[in-house]
Amino acid sequence: MTTAKDKYQKVAYYPGCALEGTAHAYNRSTQQVGKALGLDLVEVKNWNCCGAMEVKNIDPKLQTYLSSRVMAIAASEMKMDVVMAPCNGCYHNLKKAEYDLAHDPASVEVVDRLSQKAGHATYQAGQVETIHALDWIMHGIGEAGLKQRLKGSLQGLKVANYYGCMYTRPRHIFPEKDKGPGTESTSKPHFMDDLLGAAGAVNVEFPLKTACCGGAHTLSDSDTSTKLVLNILRTAEAAGAEVIATECPTCHSGLEMHQVRAEKKFNQPTKVKILYFTQLLGLALGLSPRQVGVHENISDSLGFLREKGIA
Amino acid sequence: MPIHEQSLIRPEDLTTHEQLVIDGVDVSGHWSTFITSRAVTDYNEAMQDEVAALPGGEHIHRCWQCGSCTNSCTVNALNPEFNPRHWIYLVRIGMESEILRDKDIIWQCVSCNKCTYACPRDVVPEGVMKALSHWLELKGHVKPSPSMVFDEVFSEQVFRRGKIEEGRVMQRFFRRTGQSLNQPWLIEMMRRMLRHLPLGMLTKLGLATLVAPSTSGWSGARAAIEEYVHEQEHKRRRALGLDALIEAAKRDAGPATAGEGARS
Repeated sequence: MTTAKDKYQKVAYYPGCALEGTAHAYNRSTQQVGKALGLDLVEVKNWNCCGAMEVKNIDPKLQTYLSSRVMAIAASEMKMDVVMAPCNGCYHNLKKAEYDLAHDPASVEVVDRLSQKAGHATYQAGQVETIHALDWIMHGIGEAGLKQRLKGSLQGLKVANYYGCMYTRPRHIFPEKDKGPGTESTSKPHFMDDLLGAAGAVNVEFPLKTACCGGAHTLSDSDTSTKLVLNILRTAEAAGAEVIATECPTCHSGLEMHQVRAEKKFNQPTKVKILYFTQLLGLALGLSPRQVGVHENISDSLGFLREKGIA
Repeated sequence: MPIHEQSLIRPEDLTTHEQLVIDGVDVSGHWSTFITSRAVTDYNEAMQDEVAALPGGEHIHRCWQCGSCTNSCTVNALNPEFNPRHWIYLVRIGMESEILRDKDIIWQCVSCNKCTYACPRDVVPEGVMKALSHWLELKGHVKPSPSMVFDEVFSEQVFRRGKIEEGRVMQRFFRRTGQSLNQPWLIEMMRRMLRHLPLGMLTKLGLATLVAPSTSGWSGARAAIEEYVHEQEHKRRRALGLDALIEAAKRDAGPATAGEGARS
């Protein structure tokens, strides 16, 4: 029987639009961490946008089609069994499409019609398994495996792990979660805590792990987003965190952007640093700050990481 | 946990008489507080069906008003007037005039899905909020919200090229909503973003804003999507009876336009 460990050694990689732009550091650090851990990533050929948080508001079935095309290419053209998406939005939309195509005949009909007109294979539910970068490392390597490969340590760095909305909600599109020990929880997710803890970080008690940063309206309702982000930043600081670890490009850039906006527009400065969890893991695996793209972050953490002896 | 209530009795509907004697009993002041009687005659009995015909609104009929949506709502925590449970109730009983009181905030749902996670009846309140925002726009009660403009700018690029480039989406959104890019916090953010970037990466970012990234072999998908969008728009217009509304408006405006023409 193939275990998750075997299955995740070589997976189709779906970076998504943000990781080619503002979240380049997440792309870079994910690939570098994969390399350091001996996990293979094969980028999905000619991938397209999954629909993000916008296309569903024009028409939800179009979002299902867009996400299904990515999975169809991975399954039919690349013969891959697993698609890994580091972006919460991409991950969420692929899981949502998977759920809808398994349960809703109307979605199946639209996706089939559009796929045929577009001239590619129709994605059939169950052809691939979609996973997040956290699942990939958690199940492909595990905490013990990670510990064996460490070249450094996060040296007791105090981290608040921020998972955001799309990784756990709504519950029904993540049938593999909430299945007891070893599985992820939708109410109290812990994979990021587990991995960073194994790398030497101290996870602070952070009550807003799955709070919303207002990412969907980060530009269209900026004041609301600034209020939501400021609450997250302040709560992390009050919990004693030096760093907020992120796993989503929308959350990450939302936190960074509204940290600046809160400071400049509302005179509400906060000090907590914001880093992708893959950047922190990379540093513990002995990669340089440049290799994991620390210089690409808006939140300037290089000096701080050097001071702590982590970079 | 409490069901988030919304009182339908508003201060403007209360009347107190300073001097009032009824049947020889003096009930002046506080003792004579009355709620102005109101007979509602303007129900829109089609409202639930109209919202249910828009994407996201399909399951509104399942709601049994438990209040879990409002109780878990991210936006409600910032603004108590933002009350999904109450709006679902109003749509279901067809009180269009009451919904219109909140027409300018309904679009502010941030799609965090806490309501959908909490809902015991699978109403998908997040979807209902989006359907209701669409309904308000389609019926002409509100102008397209900033969120809708963003969704359109974003989706246009996806449909055309298969993927988006964030800088381009941001520029178009700011232009279409008439906002300046010259805001101190934005400039400060760009400064911090570019501070440590190596030249190679700066060039790449610059090029991406000039030559938009696209998915190769996208033309087939683009044609299929455009056809589908057109078909769905037609369906929604019909479900809301928009063409009949426009025809009626034209008929009403008809004689006036003709009159103006005669004068000139």
